[in-house]
Amino acid sequence: MLAWTIYISFAGALVLAVLPKGNATLARAIALVIAAAGFLIAIAGFAAGAGQGRVTIIDVPWVPAMGIHYTLAADGISRVLVLLTGLAALAGVLFSWNINLRTNEFFAFFFALIGGVYGVFLSFDLFLLFVFYEIAIVPKYFLIAIWGSTRREYAAMKLALYSFVGSAMVLIVLLAAYATSGSHSTGLVNLANADFPIGFQMWAFPVTFIGFGILAGLWPFHTWAPTGHVAAPTAASMLLAGVVMKLGAYGCLRVAIGLFPHGLDQWGWSFWGIGSWRDVFALLAVIGIVYGALVALAQTDFKFVIGYSSVSHMGFVLLGLVTLTQVGVDGAVLQMFSHGVIAGLLFAIVGRIVYDRTHTRQLAELETMYLGRRMPFAAWAFVIAGVASMGLPGFSGFVAELQVLIGAWIAKPWWTAASGVGIVIGVAYTWRALQKAFFSDRLPKPDEHPKEGWPKFDPITWPEVTATCLLFAATLIVGIYPSILLNSIEPAVKALLAGGMQ
Amino acid sequence: MNSLPLLTIITVLPVIGAAISLFTRRHSRGVAQATGIVCLLLSLVVWMYLPADGSIGLQELHQWVPTLGVQYHLGVDGLGALMLILSALVSLMSIDAAHRVHHEPGLFFALVLLLEAGLFGTFTALNFFHWFIFWELSLIPAFFLIKLWGGPKRGPAATQFFVYTMVGSVALLLSFLAVYHATGSMDFIQLATMAANGTLQNRVLASLGPVMMWLAVGVLAGFAVKVPLAPFHTWLPAAYSEAPSPVTMLLTGGMSKMGVYGLIRIALPLFGAQIAAIRTPLLVLAVITIVMGAWAAAAQKDLKRVFAYSSVNHLGYCLLGIFAIAIHTGGNVSDSVSQAAALNGVILQMFNHGLTAATLFWFISMIQFRSGGLRGIGTFGGLRKPAPVFAGLMGIALFSSLGLPGLNGFVGEFLIFRGVFPLSWVAAAVSVLGLLVTAAVILTVILKVFSGPVPERWASFPDLHGGERLGVAPVIGLMFLLGLVPQIVLERVNPTVQYLLAHWRF
Repeated sequence: MLAWTIYISFAGALVLAVLPKGNATLARAIALVIAAAGFLIAIAGFAAGAGQGRVTIIDVPWVPAMGIHYTLAADGISRVLVLLTGLAALAGVLFSWNINLRTNEFFAFFFALIGGVYGVFLSFDLFLLFVFYEIAIVPKYFLIAIWGSTRREYAAMKLALYSFVGSAMVLIVLLAAYATSGSHSTGLVNLANADFPIGFQMWAFPVTFIGFGILAGLWPFHTWAPTGHVAAPTAASMLLAGVVMKLGAYGCLRVAIGLFPHGLDQWGWSFWGIGSWRDVFALLAVIGIVYGALVALAQTDFKFVIGYSSVSHMGFVLLGLVTLTQVGVDGAVLQMFSHGVIAGLLFAIVGRIVYDRTHTRQLAELETMYLGRRMPFAAWAFVIAGVASMGLPGFSGFVAELQVLIGAWIAKPWWTAASGVGIVIGVAYTWRALQKAFFSDRLPKPDEHPKEGWPKFDPITWPEVTATCLLFAATLIVGIYPSILLNSIEPAVKALLAGGMQ
Repeated sequence: MNSLPLLTIITVLPVIGAAISLFTRRHSRGVAQATGIVCLLLSLVVWMYLPADGSIGLQELHQWVPTLGVQYHLGVDGLGALMLILSALVSLMSIDAAHRVHHEPGLFFALVLLLEAGLFGTFTALNFFHWFIFWELSLIPAFFLIKLWGGPKRGPAATQFFVYTMVGSVALLLSFLAVYHATGSMDFIQLATMAANGTLQNRVLASLGPVMMWLAVGVLAGFAVKVPLAPFHTWLPAAYSEAPSPVTMLLTGGMSKMGVYGLIRIALPLFGAQIAAIRTPLLVLAVITIVMGAWAAAAQKDLKRVFAYSSVNHLGYCLLGIFAIAIHTGGNVSDSVSQAAALNGVILQMFNHGLTAATLFWFISMIQFRSGGLRGIGTFGGLRKPAPVFAGLMGIALFSSLGLPGLNGFVGEFLIFRGVFPLSWVAAAVSVLGLLVTAAVILTVILKVFSGPVPERWASFPDLHGGERLGVAPVIGLMFLLGLVPQIVLERVNPTVQYLLAHWRF
C-alpha cells in the first residue's frame, strides 16, 4: 500500500506540470488533494504495519543482467519516515498557498521531490535507492533557483554540487560493493548478508557515511545547508530541513551502518582517544551540535538562525547513529521525525507567516515592529515551536534528544557532556531570536508610534492555521506519547543493529 | 491505587482553567479565581486522605514509555501534599492580588494557571521524565509573566532568570541520564530504594566509573539555582523586583519551593552519601546564603528588593537544615532526633516562608497601587496614621517574617535551629547572625514606612477597603493558627519525616 505514496506523487507532479498555466486555484487544489492522499496512505500504512517487521511490498527484476531488482519494502524505520514525509508534504502545500508565480510548475517540482523522498525511504535495493536519491536532487535545484530569495542561484548551485559529490561517493561504494560481494545483486538484504572483508568495510563505511552525511549536515560538510535553507522558498526550506536532510541520515543508517557495520570497529591504534571511525564521526557530530548552535547565536538574519539550528539538531541524529546502541539509534530515528516536524514549523513561521508580511528577516528590523502585539498568532506559535526546538520536555525533541544522550552516555560519557553544552547554547539562540523578533524591549516609544496607528498586517489565513496546528499536534503527540513511534522504530533498529536486516 | 485519580485531576484542572481564561477576556479573573478555589479545596482533600504512616499515598501508576522505563507515576506524602496546599494557596492569593491587569488579562491569568499546574505536577510526579516535564515547562509561563507584565528592566531580568535555570536544569538532566543508564529506572521511589541498599552506587561505578560525586554535583546544581543557594542566586533579585507583584508571589511562594522539594525528594535520597561527603562546603554555602541574604537585604532601598534578599535568607535556613541532616548518625538516637527536628523544621519553613513572603509581596503590590508605583523605603513614613488597618495587618506579616513566636515563621526556624545545633553547632551559631540582621531589617522597614511623621503627600493614604480586608484576613488568621497550633501541620508532616529518615542512608 505504501508504494502508492510514490506513484501518487509522481503522477501528481506529471498532472501539475501539464496543467494549463494561469489557473493557480486549480493547481493548489490538486496539490492539496495529492498531498493529503499521500499523508493518508502513509498513516494507513503506518497503522497497518504496527507490530510487523519488514514487509516487502513489491520485488520484481528490473535489470536482470546486473541483478538489480525493483524492491520496495518497509520496516519500522521506513514507515516512520514515510509518515514524516507525508506530514511535511501536506504542511508544505498549505504553507505554499500564496505562491502565484508559475504555481503549477512549483507544485510539479514539489511533488517530484516528494516522490523521490518516498522512494528512498521505501527502497530496499541499493541501486533503486540511489536512483530515487538522485531524482530528489534535481527538483530541489529548480525550486530554489526559480522561487527562492537571497542569492538563490548561488545557493541552488552549491546545494546541487554538494549533493552530487555526495552521490558520487555513494555510487563508488555501490559499484565496489556490488563487485566485492559476488552475490550478483544490489538488494540491500543480500548485501547486508554478504560478509564484506573487513578491509573493504574500513574504507567503504567512511566514504558512504560522508557521502550521505553531506546531505545530513555533517560538519564540516554542512555549509550548503544554511545558505540553501535561507534561499529556498518556504515550502522548500521546510522540505529541505524536514525531509531531505533525513535522506542523508537515513542513508547513513540504512546503507553505511546497515551494510558495513565492521567499518565502525576499532582500528587497533588511537590518537588522542580517537580509535575508530565511530569516534571520528561522533566527534564531528558533537562539533556540529556545538558549532551550529554557536553560529546560530551570532546570526542577524532570522532564517539563518533556524538554518544553523538545523545543523545543530542534525548533529544529534548523527551522534545517536554512531552510538550504535539500541537507545541511541532509536533516539536518532525519533529525532529525524521530531526535527522534521519542528524545523518545518520554524521555517514556516519565519519564512511564510512573518516574512511574507514584514518583508524583512533582519532581527534588528523586526525588533522595532511590535510583532508580539501585532502578530500574536505568529508570536505564540514561535514560542511553542521554539520551546519544542530547544528540547523542553513534553515535546518530541526532548524524548529524541534524551535517548540520543542516554546512548551517548553508554558509548562515551564525554560526548554527552559536550552535547549538554550544545543544548544550553540551543536554549540561548532560540530565546534570543524569540525575544528579538517578537518580544523586544527596543520598541518605539508611545509618542513615536505612527499617528494613524500601526498598519495592519494581512490576516492569518486558514491554510497557515491548519498547517501550524497539524505540526503542533504531531510534535505534542509524539512528545507526550512517544511509544506511538517507538514501538515501530525499536524492533527495526534492533534488527538492523543485529546485522543482516532480517 | 485510588479509585479517583485526585492528583491527575488537580493538575489538569488549572490547564482547563487556563484554556477557558484565554477566551474569556473580561471574566478571566473570575474563571481563574474559581479554578484556584476548587484546586485549594482539592488539595485539602488530598491532605485528608494521606496515609497515616507517612509513606506515599494516592498513587497512580500507568505505563507510559515502556522502552525508556517511563511510567506515569503520581503520589504524595506529607511533604508533597503540604506543597500542593501551599501552591494552591499562593496561586489563589496571586490571582486575588492581580485585580488590575489591564493589558491582556486573559493571557495573564492563563499563564498564572499554567504555572500553578506546573507546580502541582512537580510536587506530585514520582518519575523523573514526568517530573522534568513540569519542572521545565513551569519556566515558560514564569518567563512570559515577567517579560510581558514586568517593570522597566524586565527583559534582561526575565532572560537571566530563564538562562540560569536552564543551565541548572541541563546539569540535572545529564546527571539523571547517567543514573538511568546505570540503573534502567527513572522512578524516584525505586532509585531511592536502590540508593539505600547501595545498588545505585555499585551500578554507577560498574557502568561509568567513579562519577557518582559528579552526578551528585550536577543534580545539586539544578536545585541550587532554583532555591537559590549562593553563589547561584544572582538572577533572583532582578527577577523578583522586575516581575509584577502577583507574579513575585508565585515565584517566591511556589517556584522557590520546587528547588527545596527537589533536594528532599531527589537529592537526599539518591545522593545522601555524596552530600554527606561534601557536607562542610555545602554548609558553608548555606551559611553564606543566610548571612549574605540578610546583609544584602539591609542594604536595599527598594521594598521589593529588600524582601527578595530576605527570601534568599529565609530559604537559606531550609538549605542549612537539609545539608546539616546529611550526616551518618550511626544509630545515635539523639542525632536521629535532631535530624527529625531539622527536617520537620525545613518542611514547615517551606510552607511558612511561602505563605509569609507571598503575603508581604501582596501588601507591597497594594502599596504600589496606592502610591502610583513607588516602593522606595525612604519614600514613605507614618502610614499607620492614615491607614491603621493596613499597617496593622502588614505589621503582622512582617513580624511573621521576622520569626516572632506565636506567628507561623517562628516554628519552622526554631525547629531548624533545634535540629542543626547538635549536628553542626558552628553553622548554627553563624547563622544566628542572619536572624539578627533580618530582625533589624524588618524593624527598620516598619519604622520607616509606618511610624514617624506623615509626609503631606501620604496624608490621605487610603486604608484597606472591604474587599482587600476580606482577602487578607484569612491569610493573617492562618499565620496565627500555624504559629499557635503547628500540630495541625506537624501531625501529617512528622510521620513523613520519620518515614523518610528511616529510608535514607548517608
